[in-house]
Amino acid sequence: MLQVTDLHASVVDADEEILKGLSLSIGAGEVHAIMGPNGSGKSTFANVLLGRPDYVVNSGVVTFEDEDILELFPDQRALRGMFLAFQYPAEIPGVRPWQFLKAALDARREYAGEKPLSVRDFSKLFDDKVEAVGIDPDLVKRSLNEGFSGGEKKRNEMLQLEMLEPRLAILDETDSGLDVDALRIVAEGVNSLRSPDRSFLIVTHYQRLLNYIKPDVVHILVDGRIVETGGPELAMTVENSGYEQYIKAAVAD
Amino acid sequence: MVTPNSISRESDLSGGEYKWGFVTEVEQDFAPKGLSEDIVRLISAKKDEPEWLLEWRLKAYHHWVKMAKEQGEPEWAKIRYPQIDYNDIYYYAAPKSSTEAPKSLADVDPEMLATFEKLGIPLQEREKLAGVAIDAVFDSVSVATTYTEQLEKLGIIFCSFSEAVKNHPNLIKKYLGSVVPYSDNFFATLNSAVFSDGSFAYIPPGVRCPIELMTYFRMNAEGTGQFERTLIVADKGAYVSYLEGCTAPFRKTSQLHAAVVELVTLDDAEIKYSTIQNWFPGSKEGEGGVYNFVTKRGICRGVNSKISWTQVETGSAITWKYPSVILQGDNSTGEFYSVALANNHQQADTGTKMIHIGKNTKSTIVAKGISAGQGQNTYRGQVKIMPSAENAVNHTQCDSLLVGDQCGAHTVPYIEVRNPTARLEHEASTSKVSDDQLFYLRSRGISEEEAHHMIITGWSREVIKELPFEFAMEAGQLLKVSLEGAVG
Ligand SMILES: Nc1ncnc2c1ncn2[C@@H]1O[C@H](COP(=O)(O)OP(=O)(O)OP(=O)(O)O)[C@@H](O)[C@H]1O
Ligand SMILES: [Mg+2]
Repeated sequence: MLQVTDLHASVVDADEEILKGLSLSIGAGEVHAIMGPNGSGKSTFANVLLGRPDYVVNSGVVTFEDEDILELFPDQRALRGMFLAFQYPAEIPGVRPWQFLKAALDARREYAGEKPLSVRDFSKLFDDKVEAVGIDPDLVKRSLNEGFSGGEKKRNEMLQLEMLEPRLAILDETDSGLDVDALRIVAEGVNSLRSPDRSFLIVTHYQRLLNYIKPDVVHILVDGRIVETGGPELAMTVENSGYEQYIKAAVAD
Repeated sequence: MVTPNSISRESDLSGGEYKWGFVTEVEQDFAPKGLSEDIVRLISAKKDEPEWLLEWRLKAYHHWVKMAKEQGEPEWAKIRYPQIDYNDIYYYAAPKSSTEAPKSLADVDPEMLATFEKLGIPLQEREKLAGVAIDAVFDSVSVATTYTEQLEKLGIIFCSFSEAVKNHPNLIKKYLGSVVPYSDNFFATLNSAVFSDGSFAYIPPGVRCPIELMTYFRMNAEGTGQFERTLIVADKGAYVSYLEGCTAPFRKTSQLHAAVVELVTLDDAEIKYSTIQNWFPGSKEGEGGVYNFVTKRGICRGVNSKISWTQVETGSAITWKYPSVILQGDNSTGEFYSVALANNHQQADTGTKMIHIGKNTKSTIVAKGISAGQGQNTYRGQVKIMPSAENAVNHTQCDSLLVGDQCGAHTVPYIEVRNPTARLEHEASTSKVSDDQLFYLRSRGISEEEAHHMIITGWSREVIKELPFEFAMEAGQLLKVSLEGAVG
């Protein structure tokens, strides 16, 4: 599904690289988790995958379903089935979540050669999902993310994930700042969407999410590189003994 | 005499970006170019006007001649345009086939009806579907007024200005020039001398007008100025929502539009006046376009009355327009909600005046300016609290949005407080469409252009939501069309 080879990226106009040769490969139907210390480049990686213009890719290859995507615009990547649940979702005054999601879903359906959903069908789907992710229905009548609490923003990201049903969902710390109920909702959302042709890349700091969502593979990202890859037990190791050993190893490199 | 020829909307002049740029081949009846006492008399005679109205026009004409000689056009606005030659303009152009006014839609020139179809206002359809009574002003003569019968039963008068002069002379005599006197300003004075038609509405005491009244203005003949006049009176306890839409075909030469709108509310009455202004903005290179010099003013004459202006200004090469409210009655309310867009070489100098005279009067101003391309957008607003206005309250909010880095946004507030009990708040902001917002939307599969559009209409929503539903949809669409090419 996703193949990343020796990816180097930096902030536009900055010399120092943030991603320094990152490689990983996610097969169809797999759930991968990425853990790593603050500032190691997890969000940068997630954003580079979607083509955020703040970053430049200096070298390396990224293919999504065997297509080189690095030249594609963010919307083109999204239409092909990539999705990022943001760590810090943007606030957009005056744009209602309903309207925004309808436009997003219509765009995706049009790309897939399908007709847009009727307003009625869309509304039904929307209302169902709003209930499923436990967002206050009054909230989605307001402006997109504007004045939403941290947790509400994350639930709103989950709402979009569930509505848009991407092929590859990247969740950047969607579990951070969530109460226990919300955490369960995120986990249930992901688990219900798990399927042989859908993959997940979950950025998290906490083992506890992985108690609910069993990852197939866990990666440790330190200083812009994957320094360790293993099974679910790797998350336990990190939880117990921290990143110290990996950081030392990275520095020693 | 000018014979208009058809220009398709894919014409190279505008690259097809002005969607309403077509010309209708209807025979026109012109008075000769230029302005003189004779022309004023001719206009009045063509319309079979009573002596008192001719007198009023002539007073205005002579005052205008004096103004033109002594001061010329007002120069305080932040707009630049070439000298207007007032003798190179037709002051009267009536479609020939309607010199005898049509009695019903069946009498209306089919070509003209086709034009309205193209504009998206099929009269027959709209009156049924939307319950909107439209008074369509084609160039200067009203061509059709629908729905009048139903309104008549309620005692509501809604007709062209000329008809009102004939059938309701006392109302016209009483209110014409009562808010905007003939001597008010250069352009209003010019209008007073040569106005050719417009709309009139009167809502009798205690009546809530059940449908939205609408006038659609469209300029057609080349080299004609458009000088229409609107007068709306809401008697005690009456309510009306009034819509005004405008388009003009594109021309290489500029067209002058100098309209006057007067609103009057008596005790407990309310007028909600909504405008979508989409006159031809000129080509991308700044050629042609409408010069829109408009005087709009309302007076809350009665206690507890309310006047609310909402405008979405996307068109015109130059917009000079300050819909205002005189808050004379105690406890009266004035509102101004505006989105003005200036793209390419457009210049908009627009805002409002709120004059507080009565006690406990309240005004709200929400002015949003979008500048794109080399567009220049100025908000110019005045809030004046007179000594008699105990406990007056004003809230002003001015927001500017910049698209690109060659455009400009300017805010010029004038505040005059002559009563210490007044409470005034002023907020202002300038922003750009942020990269974070754009990326967020695009990462969901929304194209760059659509994402810009969504952010910009979202930003304008406080104003757009004040519009009646159908108009709100059109406004969103217009913002999109007007910004084409400015984003991405
Ligand atoms: N747009 C940017 N401008 C400047 N520096 C940036 C930018 N984006 C990322 N960085 C820097 O790159 C490094 C990696 O940041 P990133 O947000 O990817 O870390 P992270 O692993 O997601 O951390 P956290 O766990 O705190 O979310 C940090 O030092 C950060 O300051
Ligand atoms: Mg991060």
